Amino acid sequence: MSTTYAPQPGSAPWPRKVLAHARMEFRLLLRNGEQLLLALVIPLGLLLLLGGTGLGDRLPLGDGPAVDLAVPRVLALAILSTSFTSLAIATGFERRYGVIKRLGASPLSRTGLLAGKIGSVLAIQLIQLAVLIGTGFALGWDPAGGFDTVFGVILMVVCGTAAFASLGLLMAGVLRAEATLAAANLLYLLLLVGGAIMTPVEEYPDGLQGVVRLLPSAALANGLANATLEGVVPWAAALSLALWAGVLGYLVSRTFRWD
Amino acid sequence: MPVAVEIDNLVVRYGEKAAVDGLSLTVTGGTVTSVLGPNGAGKTTTVESCEGFRRPDSGRVRVLGLDPVADHERLMPRIGVMLQEGGAWSGVRALEMLRYVATLHAHPLDLPGLIDRLDLGSCGRTPYRRLSGGQKQRLSFALAIVGRPEIAFLDEPTTGLDPHGRREIWQLIRDLRDDGVTVVLTTHGMDEAEQLSDQVFVVSAGKVIAAGSPDVLTEHGTKSLEDVYLALTAPPARETR
Repeated sequence: MSTTYAPQPGSAPWPRKVLAHARMEFRLLLRNGEQLLLALVIPLGLLLLLGGTGLGDRLPLGDGPAVDLAVPRVLALAILSTSFTSLAIATGFERRYGVIKRLGASPLSRTGLLAGKIGSVLAIQLIQLAVLIGTGFALGWDPAGGFDTVFGVILMVVCGTAAFASLGLLMAGVLRAEATLAAANLLYLLLLVGGAIMTPVEEYPDGLQGVVRLLPSAALANGLANATLEGVVPWAAALSLALWAGVLGYLVSRTFRWD
Repeated sequence: MPVAVEIDNLVVRYGEKAAVDGLSLTVTGGTVTSVLGPNGAGKTTTVESCEGFRRPDSGRVRVLGLDPVADHERLMPRIGVMLQEGGAWSGVRALEMLRYVATLHAHPLDLPGLIDRLDLGSCGRTPYRRLSGGQKQRLSFALAIVGRPEIAFLDEPTTGLDPHGRREIWQLIRDLRDDGVTVVLTTHGMDEAEQLSDQVFVVSAGKVIAAGSPDVLTEHGTKSLEDVYLALTAPPARETR
Protein backbone atom coordinates (compact mmCIF):
# COMPACT_ATOMS: atom_id res chain seq x y z
CA MET A 1 0.00 0.00 0.00
CA SER A 2 1.18 3.49 -0.82
CA THR A 3 1.03 6.44 1.49
CA THR A 4 -0.22 8.85 -1.17
CA TYR A 5 -3.81 9.48 -2.18
CA ALA A 6 -3.56 8.66 -5.88
CA PRO A 7 -6.84 7.00 -6.89
CA GLN A 8 -6.76 3.24 -6.89
CA PRO A 9 -10.41 2.38 -6.38
CA GLY A 10 -11.80 -1.10 -6.26
CA SER A 11 -13.98 -3.41 -4.29
CA ALA A 12 -12.67 -6.17 -2.06
CA PRO A 13 -13.77 -9.69 -3.07
CA TRP A 14 -17.41 -10.38 -2.14
CA PRO A 15 -16.66 -13.12 0.45
CA ARG A 16 -14.20 -10.81 2.27
CA LYS A 17 -16.78 -8.02 2.44
CA VAL A 18 -19.50 -10.35 3.70
CA LEU A 19 -17.20 -11.87 6.32
CA ALA A 20 -16.09 -8.42 7.47
CA HIS A 21 -19.68 -7.25 7.81
CA ALA A 22 -20.84 -10.39 9.59
CA ARG A 23 -17.94 -10.12 12.05
CA MET A 24 -18.71 -6.46 12.71
CA GLU A 25 -22.40 -7.08 13.43
CA PHE A 26 -21.53 -10.12 15.56
CA ARG A 27 -19.06 -8.11 17.67
CA LEU A 28 -21.50 -5.24 18.11
CA LEU A 29 -24.25 -7.60 19.26
CA LEU A 30 -21.96 -9.16 21.85
CA ARG A 31 -21.47 -5.64 23.28
CA ASN A 32 -25.20 -4.98 23.39
CA GLY A 33 -26.64 -6.27 26.65
CA GLU A 34 -30.29 -5.80 25.67
CA GLN A 35 -29.95 -7.86 22.53
CA LEU A 36 -28.01 -10.55 24.38
CA LEU A 37 -30.86 -10.73 26.89
CA LEU A 38 -33.30 -11.31 24.06
CA ALA A 39 -31.04 -13.77 22.26
CA LEU A 40 -29.87 -15.95 25.10
CA VAL A 41 -31.09 -15.11 28.58
CA ILE A 42 -34.85 -15.27 27.90
CA PRO A 43 -34.83 -18.60 25.98
CA LEU A 44 -32.39 -20.12 28.49
CA GLY A 45 -34.50 -18.93 31.44
CA LEU A 46 -37.65 -20.35 29.85
CA LEU A 47 -35.97 -23.70 29.19
CA LEU A 48 -34.77 -23.93 32.78
CA LEU A 49 -38.23 -23.03 34.05
CA LEU A 50 -40.12 -25.42 31.79
CA GLY A 51 -37.68 -28.29 31.70
CA GLY A 52 -35.94 -27.99 35.04
CA THR A 53 -38.87 -27.28 37.35
CA GLY A 54 -42.34 -28.76 37.56
CA LEU A 55 -43.82 -25.76 35.71
CA GLY A 56 -43.61 -27.47 32.32
CA ASP A 57 -45.85 -30.30 33.53
CA ARG A 58 -48.60 -27.85 34.49
CA LEU A 59 -48.62 -25.92 31.16
CA PRO A 60 -50.28 -27.05 27.91
CA LEU A 61 -47.07 -28.04 26.10
CA GLY A 62 -48.50 -31.35 24.84
CA ASP A 63 -48.23 -34.97 25.90
CA GLY A 64 -44.85 -36.28 27.03
CA PRO A 65 -41.93 -35.32 29.28
CA ALA A 66 -41.85 -31.54 29.76
CA VAL A 67 -38.20 -31.15 28.75
CA ASP A 68 -38.74 -33.05 25.47
CA LEU A 69 -41.65 -30.76 24.67
CA ALA A 70 -39.92 -27.57 25.83
CA VAL A 71 -36.58 -27.87 23.99
CA PRO A 72 -37.88 -27.60 20.37
CA ARG A 73 -40.20 -24.75 21.31
CA VAL A 74 -37.47 -22.84 23.11
CA LEU A 75 -35.23 -23.37 20.07
CA ALA A 76 -37.97 -21.83 17.94
CA LEU A 77 -38.18 -18.87 20.32
CA ALA A 78 -34.40 -18.36 20.11
CA ILE A 79 -34.53 -18.34 16.31
CA LEU A 80 -37.43 -15.87 16.40
CA SER A 81 -35.65 -13.54 18.81
CA THR A 82 -32.38 -13.42 16.85
CA SER A 83 -33.47 -13.58 13.24
CA PHE A 84 -36.49 -11.32 13.68
CA THR A 85 -36.55 -9.12 16.78
CA SER A 86 -32.83 -8.42 17.22
CA LEU A 87 -32.26 -8.02 13.49
CA ALA A 88 -35.22 -5.68 12.99
CA ILE A 89 -34.27 -3.44 15.92
CA ALA A 90 -30.57 -3.34 15.02
CA THR A 91 -31.31 -2.58 11.36
CA GLY A 92 -33.86 0.08 12.28
CA PHE A 93 -31.30 1.92 14.38
CA GLU A 94 -28.61 1.45 11.74
CA ARG A 95 -30.89 3.37 9.40
CA ARG A 96 -31.54 6.01 12.08
CA TYR A 97 -27.81 6.53 12.73
CA GLY A 98 -26.97 6.73 9.03
CA VAL A 99 -25.07 3.43 9.05
CA ILE A 100 -27.15 2.00 6.20
CA LYS A 101 -26.45 5.15 4.20
CA ARG A 102 -22.73 4.96 5.01
CA LEU A 103 -22.68 1.33 3.85
CA GLY A 104 -24.66 2.30 0.76
CA ALA A 105 -21.81 4.62 -0.14
CA SER A 106 -19.29 1.78 0.20
CA PRO A 107 -18.48 -1.20 -2.02
CA LEU A 108 -20.39 -3.57 0.31
CA SER A 109 -23.44 -3.85 -2.05
CA ARG A 110 -26.99 -4.78 -1.17
CA THR A 111 -26.38 -8.52 -1.40
CA GLY A 112 -23.22 -8.15 0.68
CA LEU A 113 -25.10 -6.28 3.40
CA LEU A 114 -27.91 -8.84 3.56
CA ALA A 115 -25.53 -11.82 3.42
CA GLY A 116 -23.39 -10.27 6.18
CA LYS A 117 -26.44 -9.76 8.34
CA ILE A 118 -27.64 -13.31 7.78
CA GLY A 119 -24.12 -14.59 8.51
CA SER A 120 -24.08 -12.71 11.80
CA VAL A 121 -27.54 -14.03 12.72
CA LEU A 122 -26.51 -17.62 11.93
CA ALA A 123 -23.33 -17.28 14.01
CA ILE A 124 -25.35 -16.07 16.99
CA GLN A 125 -27.90 -18.83 16.49
CA LEU A 126 -25.13 -21.40 16.44
CA ILE A 127 -24.14 -20.24 19.94
CA GLN A 128 -27.79 -20.10 21.05
CA LEU A 129 -28.49 -23.62 19.81
CA ALA A 130 -25.31 -25.00 21.35
CA VAL A 131 -26.16 -23.51 24.76
CA LEU A 132 -29.84 -24.47 24.65
CA ILE A 133 -29.28 -27.99 23.31
CA GLY A 134 -26.49 -28.53 25.84
CA THR A 135 -28.77 -27.33 28.63
CA GLY A 136 -31.57 -29.52 27.29
CA PHE A 137 -29.37 -32.62 27.47
CA ALA A 138 -28.30 -31.63 30.98
CA LEU A 139 -32.00 -31.50 31.94
CA GLY A 140 -32.61 -34.97 30.50
CA TRP A 141 -33.80 -34.13 26.99
CA ASP A 142 -34.22 -37.32 24.97
CA PRO A 143 -34.83 -36.43 21.30
CA ALA A 144 -35.85 -39.00 18.68
CA GLY A 145 -32.33 -39.00 17.22
CA GLY A 146 -31.16 -40.15 13.82
CA PHE A 147 -30.41 -38.41 10.53
CA ASP A 148 -33.97 -37.20 9.96
CA THR A 149 -34.02 -35.39 13.30
CA VAL A 150 -30.71 -33.62 12.71
CA PHE A 151 -31.59 -32.76 9.11
CA GLY A 152 -35.07 -31.63 10.17
CA VAL A 153 -33.68 -29.28 12.82
CA ILE A 154 -31.13 -27.79 10.39
CA LEU A 155 -33.86 -27.38 7.74
CA MET A 156 -36.07 -25.57 10.24
CA VAL A 157 -33.24 -23.30 11.38
CA VAL A 158 -32.42 -22.32 7.79
CA CYS A 159 -36.02 -21.85 6.62
CA GLY A 160 -37.09 -20.15 9.86
CA THR A 161 -34.14 -17.77 9.72
CA ALA A 162 -34.92 -16.89 6.09
CA ALA A 163 -38.59 -16.19 6.86
CA PHE A 164 -38.10 -14.22 10.09
CA ALA A 165 -35.03 -12.32 8.90
CA SER A 166 -37.05 -11.20 5.87
CA LEU A 167 -39.85 -10.06 8.19
CA GLY A 168 -37.36 -8.16 10.36
CA LEU A 169 -35.68 -6.47 7.41
CA LEU A 170 -39.06 -5.55 5.93
CA MET A 171 -40.15 -3.96 9.20
CA ALA A 172 -36.87 -2.04 9.53
CA GLY A 173 -37.18 -0.85 5.95
CA VAL A 174 -40.66 0.64 6.18
CA LEU A 175 -40.91 1.86 9.80
CA ARG A 176 -38.97 4.46 11.77
CA ALA A 177 -36.41 3.09 14.25
CA GLU A 178 -38.60 3.77 17.31
CA ALA A 179 -41.64 2.23 15.63
CA THR A 180 -39.53 -0.81 14.65
CA LEU A 181 -38.37 -1.17 18.26
CA ALA A 182 -41.94 -1.12 19.54
CA ALA A 183 -43.46 -3.26 16.77
CA ALA A 184 -40.71 -5.91 16.83
CA ASN A 185 -41.01 -6.37 20.59
CA LEU A 186 -44.81 -6.40 20.41
CA LEU A 187 -44.85 -8.97 17.63
CA TYR A 188 -42.30 -11.08 19.55
CA LEU A 189 -44.62 -11.16 22.55
CA LEU A 190 -47.73 -11.76 20.43
CA LEU A 191 -46.11 -14.69 18.62
CA LEU A 192 -44.74 -16.03 21.91
CA VAL A 193 -48.23 -16.08 23.40
CA GLY A 194 -50.51 -16.48 20.41
CA GLY A 195 -48.30 -17.78 17.60
CA ALA A 196 -48.02 -21.42 18.70
CA ILE A 197 -44.38 -20.97 19.70
CA MET A 198 -44.68 -22.34 23.24
CA THR A 199 -48.06 -24.07 22.91
CA PRO A 200 -49.02 -26.58 20.20
CA VAL A 201 -51.67 -25.45 17.70
CA GLU A 202 -54.00 -28.19 19.00
CA GLU A 203 -54.21 -26.43 22.37
CA TYR A 204 -55.77 -23.29 20.81
CA PRO A 205 -59.56 -22.85 20.55
CA ASP A 206 -61.01 -24.66 17.53
CA GLY A 207 -61.95 -21.43 15.78
CA LEU A 208 -58.42 -20.08 15.96
CA GLN A 209 -56.46 -23.18 14.98
CA GLY A 210 -56.87 -22.66 11.23
CA VAL A 211 -55.40 -19.14 11.44
CA VAL A 212 -52.64 -19.96 13.94
CA ARG A 213 -51.52 -22.91 11.81
CA LEU A 214 -50.72 -20.52 8.93
CA LEU A 215 -48.32 -18.39 10.98
CA PRO A 216 -44.58 -18.86 10.35
CA SER A 217 -44.04 -19.12 14.10
CA ALA A 218 -46.38 -22.14 14.24
CA ALA A 219 -44.61 -23.76 11.29
CA LEU A 220 -41.21 -23.26 12.91
CA ALA A 221 -42.15 -24.50 16.39
CA ASN A 222 -44.24 -27.43 15.15
CA GLY A 223 -41.58 -28.37 12.60
CA LEU A 224 -38.89 -28.46 15.29
CA ALA A 225 -41.22 -30.44 17.60
CA ASN A 226 -42.00 -32.97 14.85
CA ALA A 227 -38.30 -33.40 14.02
CA THR A 228 -37.15 -33.90 17.62
CA LEU A 229 -40.17 -35.77 19.05
CA GLU A 230 -41.06 -38.00 16.10
CA GLY A 231 -37.78 -38.15 14.18
CA VAL A 232 -39.28 -37.00 10.87
CA VAL A 233 -38.23 -34.35 8.36
CA PRO A 234 -40.93 -31.63 8.63
CA TRP A 235 -41.35 -30.97 4.91
CA ALA A 236 -44.74 -29.23 5.22
CA ALA A 237 -43.41 -26.78 7.80
CA ALA A 238 -40.32 -26.16 5.64
CA LEU A 239 -42.53 -25.43 2.63
CA SER A 240 -44.67 -23.04 4.67
CA LEU A 241 -41.59 -21.17 5.93
CA ALA A 242 -40.05 -21.11 2.44
CA LEU A 243 -43.26 -19.53 1.09
CA TRP A 244 -43.20 -16.92 3.86
CA ALA A 245 -39.53 -16.26 3.11
CA GLY A 246 -40.26 -15.90 -0.61
CA VAL A 247 -43.11 -13.43 -0.16
CA LEU A 248 -41.39 -11.40 2.57
CA GLY A 249 -38.04 -11.47 0.73
CA TYR A 250 -39.75 -10.11 -2.37
CA LEU A 251 -41.28 -7.29 -0.31
CA VAL A 252 -37.86 -6.54 1.22
CA SER A 253 -36.32 -6.27 -2.25
CA ARG A 254 -39.10 -3.85 -3.28
CA THR A 255 -38.89 -1.65 -0.19
CA PHE A 256 -35.15 -1.69 0.63
CA ARG A 257 -33.47 1.70 0.44
CA TRP A 258 -30.01 2.91 1.39
CA ASP A 259 -31.06 6.14 3.14
CA MET B 1 -9.27 17.01 -18.15
CA PRO B 2 -12.22 14.59 -18.34
CA VAL B 3 -15.63 15.41 -16.93
CA ALA B 4 -16.10 13.76 -13.54
CA VAL B 5 -19.64 14.87 -12.73
CA GLU B 6 -22.30 16.02 -15.13
CA ILE B 7 -25.70 17.21 -13.91
CA ASP B 8 -28.22 18.36 -16.46
CA ASN B 9 -31.48 20.06 -15.48
CA LEU B 10 -31.86 18.00 -12.29
CA VAL B 11 -35.19 18.13 -10.47
CA VAL B 12 -35.70 16.37 -7.11
CA ARG B 13 -38.95 16.84 -5.21
CA TYR B 14 -39.90 15.97 -1.64
CA GLY B 15 -43.66 15.77 -1.95
CA GLU B 16 -44.82 18.97 -3.62
CA LYS B 17 -41.66 20.91 -2.80
CA ALA B 18 -38.82 20.91 -5.32
CA ALA B 19 -35.56 20.74 -3.32
CA VAL B 20 -33.59 20.86 -6.57
CA ASP B 21 -35.30 22.65 -9.43
CA GLY B 22 -33.56 22.46 -12.79
CA LEU B 23 -29.97 22.46 -11.58
CA SER B 24 -27.12 21.95 -14.06
CA LEU B 25 -23.40 21.82 -13.40
CA THR B 26 -20.26 20.12 -14.63
CA VAL B 27 -17.24 19.14 -12.52
CA THR B 28 -13.89 18.69 -14.20
CA GLY B 29 -11.76 15.76 -13.06
CA GLY B 30 -8.82 16.46 -10.77
CA THR B 31 -10.23 19.71 -9.41
CA VAL B 32 -11.77 20.94 -6.18
CA THR B 33 -15.33 22.16 -6.70
CA SER B 34 -17.35 23.89 -3.99
CA VAL B 35 -21.12 24.06 -3.90
CA LEU B 36 -22.29 26.99 -1.81
CA GLY B 37 -25.75 28.08 -0.85
CA PRO B 38 -28.05 28.98 2.02
CA ASN B 39 -29.59 26.26 4.22
CA GLY B 40 -32.24 24.43 2.23
CA ALA B 41 -30.85 25.58 -1.12
CA GLY B 42 -30.54 21.99 -2.38
CA LYS B 43 -26.80 21.39 -1.91
CA THR B 44 -27.06 18.14 0.02
CA THR B 45 -29.85 16.82 -2.21
CA THR B 46 -27.68 17.56 -5.25
CA VAL B 47 -24.71 15.74 -3.76
CA GLU B 48 -26.94 12.85 -2.64
CA SER B 49 -28.22 12.57 -6.20
CA CYS B 50 -24.62 12.11 -7.31
CA GLU B 51 -24.21 9.39 -4.67
CA GLY B 52 -27.34 7.53 -5.80
CA PHE B 53 -29.36 8.21 -2.65
CA ARG B 54 -31.90 10.43 -4.43
CA ARG B 55 -33.67 9.40 -7.61
CA PRO B 56 -34.15 12.38 -9.92
CA ASP B 57 -37.74 13.30 -10.72
CA SER B 58 -36.35 14.56 -14.00
CA GLY B 59 -33.02 15.51 -15.49
CA ARG B 60 -29.81 13.55 -15.80
CA VAL B 61 -26.91 12.84 -13.43
CA ARG B 62 -23.71 11.11 -14.48
CA VAL B 63 -20.73 10.48 -12.21
CA LEU B 64 -17.65 9.07 -13.93
CA GLY B 65 -20.00 8.37 -16.83
CA LEU B 66 -22.29 6.20 -14.69
CA ASP B 67 -25.88 6.64 -13.54
CA PRO B 68 -25.63 6.80 -9.72
CA VAL B 69 -28.96 4.98 -9.23
CA ALA B 70 -28.91 2.39 -12.01
CA ASP B 71 -25.15 1.75 -11.76
CA HIS B 72 -24.96 2.18 -7.96
CA GLU B 73 -22.89 -0.93 -7.24
CA ARG B 74 -20.39 -0.21 -10.04
CA LEU B 75 -20.00 3.40 -8.98
CA MET B 76 -19.65 3.03 -5.21
CA PRO B 77 -16.15 1.49 -5.14
CA ARG B 78 -14.94 4.46 -7.22
CA ILE B 79 -16.23 7.30 -5.03
CA GLY B 80 -15.77 8.36 -1.42
CA VAL B 81 -18.58 9.93 0.57
CA MET B 82 -18.44 12.03 3.71
CA LEU B 83 -21.93 12.29 5.16
CA GLN B 84 -23.08 15.48 6.85
CA GLU B 85 -23.74 13.56 10.07
CA GLY B 86 -23.82 10.05 11.51
CA GLY B 87 -22.78 7.06 9.49
CA ALA B 88 -21.43 4.76 12.22
CA TRP B 89 -22.86 2.38 14.82
CA SER B 90 -23.13 4.09 18.19
CA GLY B 91 -21.08 1.37 19.90
CA VAL B 92 -18.37 0.93 17.28
CA ARG B 93 -14.86 2.13 18.14
CA ALA B 94 -13.35 4.76 15.87
CA LEU B 95 -10.51 2.67 14.46
CA GLU B 96 -12.65 -0.45 14.34
CA MET B 97 -14.98 1.44 11.99
CA LEU B 98 -12.09 2.70 9.88
CA ARG B 99 -10.54 -0.77 9.58
CA TYR B 100 -13.92 -2.27 8.69
CA VAL B 101 -14.54 0.22 5.85
CA ALA B 102 -10.95 -0.24 4.65
CA THR B 103 -11.59 -4.00 4.43
CA LEU B 104 -14.40 -3.38 1.93
CA HIS B 105 -11.93 -1.84 -0.54
CA ALA B 106 -9.38 -3.56 -2.76
CA HIS B 107 -6.50 -1.10 -2.22
CA PRO B 108 -7.12 0.93 0.93
CA LEU B 109 -4.81 3.70 2.06
CA ASP B 110 -2.05 2.92 4.49
CA LEU B 111 -3.98 3.04 7.75
CA PRO B 112 -1.23 4.10 10.19
CA GLY B 113 -0.42 7.07 7.93
CA LEU B 114 -4.06 8.08 7.62
CA ILE B 115 -4.70 7.68 11.35
CA ASP B 116 -1.67 9.82 12.13
CA ARG B 117 -2.57 12.48 9.56
CA LEU B 118 -6.11 12.84 10.91
CA ASP B 119 -5.07 12.49 14.56
CA LEU B 120 -7.39 9.53 15.15
CA GLY B 121 -4.96 7.51 17.25
CA SER B 122 -5.87 9.17 20.54
CA CYS B 123 -9.57 8.32 20.15
CA GLY B 124 -9.11 5.00 18.36
CA ARG B 125 -10.74 2.86 21.06
CA THR B 126 -13.47 5.37 21.90
CA PRO B 127 -17.04 4.34 20.97
CA TYR B 128 -18.48 6.51 18.22
CA ARG B 129 -21.20 7.93 20.48
CA ARG B 130 -18.53 9.33 22.83
CA LEU B 131 -16.42 11.02 20.15
CA SER B 132 -16.40 14.82 20.06
CA GLY B 133 -17.87 16.60 17.05
CA GLY B 134 -14.41 17.23 15.64
CA GLN B 135 -13.33 13.61 16.12
CA LYS B 136 -16.48 12.43 14.34
CA GLN B 137 -15.73 14.79 11.45
CA ARG B 138 -12.15 13.56 11.13
CA LEU B 139 -13.26 9.92 11.25
CA SER B 140 -15.94 10.62 8.64
CA PHE B 141 -13.31 12.25 6.42
CA ALA B 142 -11.05 9.22 6.81
CA LEU B 143 -13.91 6.88 5.89
CA ALA B 144 -14.51 8.92 2.72
CA ILE B 145 -10.96 8.66 1.42
CA VAL B 146 -9.68 5.34 2.80
CA GLY B 147 -10.72 3.46 -0.37
CA ARG B 148 -8.58 5.67 -2.66
CA PRO B 149 -11.57 7.08 -4.55
CA GLU B 150 -11.51 8.89 -7.87
CA ILE B 151 -14.02 11.41 -6.52
CA ALA B 152 -14.57 12.44 -2.91
CA PHE B 153 -17.93 14.03 -2.06
CA LEU B 154 -17.48 15.95 1.17
CA ASP B 155 -20.59 17.39 2.81
CA GLU B 156 -19.51 20.29 5.05
CA PRO B 157 -16.16 18.65 5.88
CA THR B 158 -14.91 21.18 8.42
CA THR B 159 -18.08 21.85 10.42
CA GLY B 160 -17.28 21.59 14.12
CA LEU B 161 -13.49 21.56 13.68
CA ASP B 162 -11.16 23.91 15.52
CA PRO B 163 -8.92 26.21 13.42
CA HIS B 164 -5.99 23.74 13.48
CA GLY B 165 -8.29 20.92 12.42
CA ARG B 166 -9.75 23.01 9.61
CA ARG B 167 -6.31 23.91 8.28
CA GLU B 168 -5.26 20.25 8.41
CA ILE B 169 -8.35 19.20 6.44
CA TRP B 170 -7.75 22.00 3.94
CA GLN B 171 -4.21 20.80 3.35
CA LEU B 172 -5.43 17.24 2.99
CA ILE B 173 -7.98 18.34 0.36
CA ARG B 174 -5.17 20.09 -1.55
CA ASP B 175 -3.05 16.92 -1.31
CA LEU B 176 -5.95 14.84 -2.63
CA ARG B 177 -6.30 17.14 -5.63
CA ASP B 178 -2.57 17.14 -6.24
CA ASP B 179 -2.65 13.34 -6.33
CA GLY B 180 -5.45 13.39 -8.92
CA VAL B 181 -8.57 13.00 -6.78
CA THR B 182 -11.61 15.06 -7.78
CA VAL B 183 -13.12 16.74 -4.74
CA VAL B 184 -16.69 18.04 -4.57
CA LEU B 185 -17.53 19.77 -1.31
CA THR B 186 -20.48 21.63 0.10
CA THR B 187 -19.69 24.31 2.61
CA HIS B 188 -20.91 27.41 4.37
CA GLY B 189 -17.31 28.57 4.81
CA MET B 190 -16.61 31.25 2.22
CA ASP B 191 -12.94 31.33 3.18
CA GLU B 192 -12.84 27.57 2.72
CA ALA B 193 -14.34 27.80 -0.76
CA GLU B 194 -12.07 30.69 -1.70
CA GLN B 195 -8.91 28.98 -0.43
CA LEU B 196 -9.52 25.55 -1.89
CA SER B 197 -11.70 25.73 -4.96
CA ASP B 198 -10.86 25.67 -8.61
CA GLN B 199 -14.54 26.17 -9.31
CA VAL B 200 -17.48 27.44 -7.24
CA PHE B 201 -21.20 26.95 -7.83
CA VAL B 202 -23.62 29.11 -5.85
CA VAL B 203 -26.97 27.40 -5.45
CA SER B 204 -30.20 29.02 -4.34
CA ALA B 205 -33.74 27.64 -4.36
CA GLY B 206 -32.53 24.51 -6.13
CA LYS B 207 -30.80 26.26 -9.02
CA VAL B 208 -27.25 27.38 -9.83
CA ILE B 209 -27.32 31.17 -9.72
CA ALA B 210 -23.60 31.80 -10.23
CA ALA B 211 -20.56 29.77 -11.24
CA GLY B 212 -16.90 30.36 -11.87
CA SER B 213 -13.48 30.26 -10.31
CA PRO B 214 -13.04 32.25 -7.08
CA ASP B 215 -10.90 34.69 -9.06
CA VAL B 216 -13.67 35.34 -11.56
CA LEU B 217 -16.44 35.52 -8.96
CA THR B 218 -14.47 37.97 -6.79
CA GLU B 219 -13.56 40.04 -9.85
CA HIS B 220 -9.86 39.24 -9.42
CA GLY B 221 -9.89 39.74 -5.70
CA THR B 222 -11.53 43.17 -5.65
CA LYS B 223 -14.39 41.72 -3.60
CA SER B 224 -14.49 38.95 -1.05
CA LEU B 225 -16.33 35.76 -1.95
CA GLU B 226 -18.50 36.31 1.11
CA ASP B 227 -19.66 39.70 -0.18
CA VAL B 228 -20.37 38.20 -3.60
CA TYR B 229 -22.27 35.34 -1.98
CA LEU B 230 -24.30 37.64 0.28
CA ALA B 231 -25.27 39.81 -2.66
CA LEU B 232 -26.28 36.81 -4.75
CA THR B 233 -28.32 35.11 -2.05
CA ALA B 234 -29.83 38.14 -0.32
CA PRO B 235 -33.51 37.64 0.43
CA PRO B 236 -35.81 39.92 -1.60
CA ALA B 237 -36.41 43.28 0.08
CA ARG B 238 -39.70 43.51 1.95
CA GLU B 239 -42.32 45.66 0.31
CA THR B 240 -43.16 48.80 2.28
CA ARG B 241 -46.38 50.75 2.02
